Amino acid sequence: MTTHVLAIDDSRTIRDLLRAALERAGFEVSTAVDGVDGVEKFQNAKADVVITDINMPRMDGFGVIDAIRGGTVNRSVPILVLTTESAAELKNRARQSGATGWIVKPFDDESIVSVLKRVTGA
Amino acid sequence: MSAEQSILNTFFEECEDLLFALTDGLAAIADGDTESETVNAVFRSVHSIKGAAGAFQMTELVAFAHKFENVLDALRSNTIDATPELVRVLQRSGDILADLVDAARNQTSANTHAVEQTLEALKEFLAPEEANAGEFEFSFSAVGISMDEPGTTAGLPTGWIIRFVPQRDLFDRGHEPLFLIGALAELGPLDIVTDTASVPDSMDGFEWEESYLGWTLTLNADSSEYLIRDIFSFVEDLCLLEISPIEQEPAPALILELPDLDPVTEDQKTEDAQALPTHPSKVERSEKPAEKATEKPGEKGADKSAKDAPATLRVDLERVDRLINAVGELIINQSVIAQRIDEAGFPPSAQILSDLDDYKLLAREIQEGVMAIRAQPVKPLFQRMSRIAREVSDATGKQVQLVTFGEGTEVDKTVIERLSDPLTHMIRNAIDHGIESPEARIAAGKEPLGTVRLSASHRSGSVLIEISDDGAGLNQKRIRETAIRKGLIAEDADLSESEINALLFAPGFSTATEVTNLSGRGVGMDVVKTAITALGGRISISTRPGKGTVFSIALPLTLAVMDGMIINVGDQTMVIPISSILESIRPTEKNLSRIGVTGTVLSIRGTYVPVVDLAASLGQPDRGVDLTSQVLLLVRTDGMTQCALAVDRIIDQRQVVIKSLTGNYDKIPGVSGATILGDGKIALIVDPDAIVSTVGTAAPRLREKWQEKEHSHVATA
Repeated sequence: MTTHVLAIDDSRTIRDLLRAALERAGFEVSTAVDGVDGVEKFQNAKADVVITDINMPRMDGFGVIDAIRGGTVNRSVPILVLTTESAAELKNRARQSGATGWIVKPFDDESIVSVLKRVTGA
Repeated sequence: MSAEQSILNTFFEECEDLLFALTDGLAAIADGDTESETVNAVFRSVHSIKGAAGAFQMTELVAFAHKFENVLDALRSNTIDATPELVRVLQRSGDILADLVDAARNQTSANTHAVEQTLEALKEFLAPEEANAGEFEFSFSAVGISMDEPGTTAGLPTGWIIRFVPQRDLFDRGHEPLFLIGALAELGPLDIVTDTASVPDSMDGFEWEESYLGWTLTLNADSSEYLIRDIFSFVEDLCLLEISPIEQEPAPALILELPDLDPVTEDQKTEDAQALPTHPSKVERSEKPAEKATEKPGEKGADKSAKDAPATLRVDLERVDRLINAVGELIINQSVIAQRIDEAGFPPSAQILSDLDDYKLLAREIQEGVMAIRAQPVKPLFQRMSRIAREVSDATGKQVQLVTFGEGTEVDKTVIERLSDPLTHMIRNAIDHGIESPEARIAAGKEPLGTVRLSASHRSGSVLIEISDDGAGLNQKRIRETAIRKGLIAEDADLSESEINALLFAPGFSTATEVTNLSGRGVGMDVVKTAITALGGRISISTRPGKGTVFSIALPLTLAVMDGMIINVGDQTMVIPISSILESIRPTEKNLSRIGVTGTVLSIRGTYVPVVDLAASLGQPDRGVDLTSQVLLLVRTDGMTQCALAVDRIIDQRQVVIKSLTGNYDKIPGVSGATILGDGKIALIVDPDAIVSTVGTAAPRLREKWQEKEHSHVATA
């Protein structure tokens, strides 16, 4: 069964890059354009893992994590945050808020697949 | 196109959107809006550009965006204030960022000096350590997920013992021990021992979400500790993790260190350390840990189609154009069908006639829908003008603000694109020539800050764009002198004020003494006029000494289809744009009066309007028809003057597809294009403005040509 990734990022470029990288690696990919859209899609997207950007309009990545972890649907789904910073502070905050892990932008195919392997087993 | 290239294109498209949002937000900040959401939106635009640019190794762009972002971050967190100085630097930075994106797109390099200068200016607003943070921080090697310092790798052992006991939190964060163990197994042969000792004996006190299992994993490979830690990097604080080289005998010592806990009780806090096993038992490594928290309850109604639903749809322009062509053909086809039905002579009550009306309505809806796809707000264009204005005011030392109105006005994409150069030129002119120096302004009793106003609005089927300045107004005396010197007019020419203003558009007119490095880029106002005319638009000037000048550009909404009135004149069928027709009148002797030898005026509601015979003005021989047998179309022209065009008969009012004549013909005065009618004939589209303005000048000449032609026919016959 293919692993389904829900990728949330307000940047179309990043969404396209994620989609390309993940589809090459055999994942099934849905995308959402901001936190609100992401949480909405999450409700019926049957995602095996969520990748979300942090800084987005309407609802940021932390909001997404809160909404998913505080919700009823699939709330222990692995959530990876995308970040341009490698700052420990931000990672701590992500972990505190309930993120499963993080992916540092810019990412390459290999690293993203290895992270996904760790959180989805795919 | 490769996937990479296509994503790169997406990136540049996205950059455009982000840069617009950026310019917009910066303008709001300049207007004193320092709401956190405004600043945050600006920050996000820069941040997004940086993030995506990093993926394409655009290091220069990323480095600049990074500093820019730092300053915005400082503004966001109120570390610095939005002083006019800062706003200026931010706006310049926005311009530079746009340049860098352009440079990346064209694979050229941006003006390094300007980039450096702006970088320095940005650094002024940052704390010293942040300002001087080296660029190496942003070297874009493909950093993966590594974030921990590599551990000791010296003297690799033959294997590792890993004790891994997840805490309850680990499951709350979406981790699954099986996957971590799976990743570990990829490093080499793995022995797995599951500790089940802390699982309660009975269901009493068994807590659903608690974590009761632990593992002792023996990795028989000379892997580095760093690689192992990396696998567990996400769960560092969420589990007990001990990694020791294989030489040491593992279990007893370690286990004894740990507190021997009572069986888990219901009120036990989740932060509590986990009970640890004392009697490990060997299990198959494929066994899935029986953690309940990893279950996925309540999933239903998975929507496979909910893949990607962005708020907007990006379509290749070529596809839209193909659609527009097809719609054009549809409309021609519609008039063909209408013609056939008409010829078939159905009774007026026939069902097919109302079906035809439905068809027309639908065709119109489709046409409007398709045109709406091509329509875009003028905002991006106006934003670019803000930049031009900043550059020119910097270069001239004049204080100028550009105020824009009607940015949401939508215009055909092609029109917007082709409007860019003329507008740029006119904004430059307005500042360079229109607005006075601050000293001169003060002397004239004005504010030292000059204002250039750029506005767009819809006006009955066309788009009106106005560029006005509150400068000194046109110096008509000097324009006249220049025109005489350039030989454009005779020294004793008798010209009205508006005719003098119109000289600005004459080819070869350029106030050479005034050419600066800004306005004088080899483009004169005649080029502006040509560009506007090519778009089917008109440009006019009004000026008031000491008060300023207004350039008005009227443009058609679309370039492909228009509402036209089909008329007959002589043996010709022609089309007049509905947008310029105010009303149609059947004149009587009573409201027609002759003026001079050939002129006639129409008296209408107390005013007099000149009557122009369309046939004669297009060069057909004077047929000497009685005007009372004609239909007069009251048309509005440039400068809002009115004029009555005399035609033989109105045939119909319908949409026509505009076909260009250029390419096959030179410019024909009075004719803006052609269309294909239902019977397959070609009808010329009349340009009422040109007709009116050529009356008295071009018409006689055309008439001569017409006669010459007839003579030559006779001669060759």
